[in-house]
Amino acid sequence: MSNEWPLWEIFIRGQHGMSHRHVGSLHAPDAETAIRNGRDVYTRRNEGVSIWAVESAHIAASAPGDKGPYYDPSDSKIYRHPTFFDIPDEVGSM
Amino acid sequence: MYAQMVKTSGSGVKSRSEMGAQEQAFQARIDAGDKIEPRDWMPDEYRKTLIRQIGQHAHSEIVGQLPEGNWITRAPTLERKAILLAKVQDEAGHGLYLYCAAETLGVSRDELLTELHAGRMKYSSIFNYPTLNWADIGAVGWLVDGAAIVNQVALQRTSYGPYSRAMVRICKEESFHARQGFVIMMKMASGTPAQRAMAQDALDRLWYPSLMMFGPSDKDSVHSEQSMAWKIKVKSNDELRQKYVDQTIPQIEYLGLKCPDADIRWNGEKGGYDFSEPDWAEFYEVIKGNGPCNKERLGARVKAWDDGEWVRDGLMAHAQKKAAAKHAAAQEGSGNVE
Ligand SMILES: [Fe+2]
Ligand SMILES: [Fe+2]
Repeated sequence: MSNEWPLWEIFIRGQHGMSHRHVGSLHAPDAETAIRNGRDVYTRRNEGVSIWAVESAHIAASAPGDKGPYYDPSDSKIYRHPTFFDIPDEVGSM
Repeated sequence: MYAQMVKTSGSGVKSRSEMGAQEQAFQARIDAGDKIEPRDWMPDEYRKTLIRQIGQHAHSEIVGQLPEGNWITRAPTLERKAILLAKVQDEAGHGLYLYCAAETLGVSRDELLTELHAGRMKYSSIFNYPTLNWADIGAVGWLVDGAAIVNQVALQRTSYGPYSRAMVRICKEESFHARQGFVIMMKMASGTPAQRAMAQDALDRLWYPSLMMFGPSDKDSVHSEQSMAWKIKVKSNDELRQKYVDQTIPQIEYLGLKCPDADIRWNGEKGGYDFSEPDWAEFYEVIKGNGPCNKERLGARVKAWDDGEWVRDGLMAHAQKKAAAKHAAAQEGSGNVE
């Protein structure tokens, strides 16, 4: 009988106030168990202080083929970086 | 290694001219050191070979818990028991990381387990050797995890993103495994004559099986070339084995033990040790299923799977029931709001 537990993606917030970060996935029958198993599988060495579990089927993702059209346009907009602008030293820090 | 003799799909290394445009672009990405991600285009043979390799690697982590699990209840102190328990638990984690990496290639974990249980997928030959006493637990951590580290450090640079990330994670946890084993060996090697003898005996029995972990000699390794081109394999079996011997011999000397290979000697010219090859006939027998513990190991896995079925099914049924009740309550709730 194939009654495989669904797959969950696990996100962990580390110690230092960072965002939750994807660490991997695991199988679990429900959200509660996914979080508990996430604790055992992904935080055996104090890696986190908070866990999110999202059923993998609910993750929407961009298509790899869109990489060019999606991200290339920002390549030419170097003025979005502060280093684009020369500010005279006399002005002080800015 | 943890994945030995993985059959590479396809027929030998393809030249550029044999590849279509898509495959050429794929190979160019690999050559440039790009990581391939799950939804990227990849040749079918690359996918199939990776599923076999990562699957075999995952199985090795899980089956590898058995020889050590055997000694958890008989550890000499409570601290030792806790350490071994944590180590074995890590191996369960390694198996899970790797099954998930394999699943990104479109195979399910249950499918992989079915293949293992039917004997169609392998795990590392090393776990078909018994752990006869506490010294073996030291030797396994030191030698077997030591060998695993050599292999896995190289694999951190593998071309498939999820596999590479699993390796990075695993490598962070492995040095604890090797160190706890070495400390057991240090303790025994500096103990009573009987303890020293146990340490030496464990080394004698596990030395050659550890060398076998890297797989057959390059000249007999039929599947390597294409896997190297795909960067599924990063270093050759013999390269890794040499590296392992070079790092392990000084450790043996530190322990004051004797390497069971009488012909071992430093070769200044190549900057490494010359050593004897393991008995490859024995290796092939173990791979075929005729090692000292093959039946016991696979039997234990199948039994755990069968005995656990009611738990897996029960939890799934409970989850479904809970979800249905929640759904019904929501329906009812929305009905009341007019
Ligand atoms: Fe491991
Ligand atoms: Fe390990």
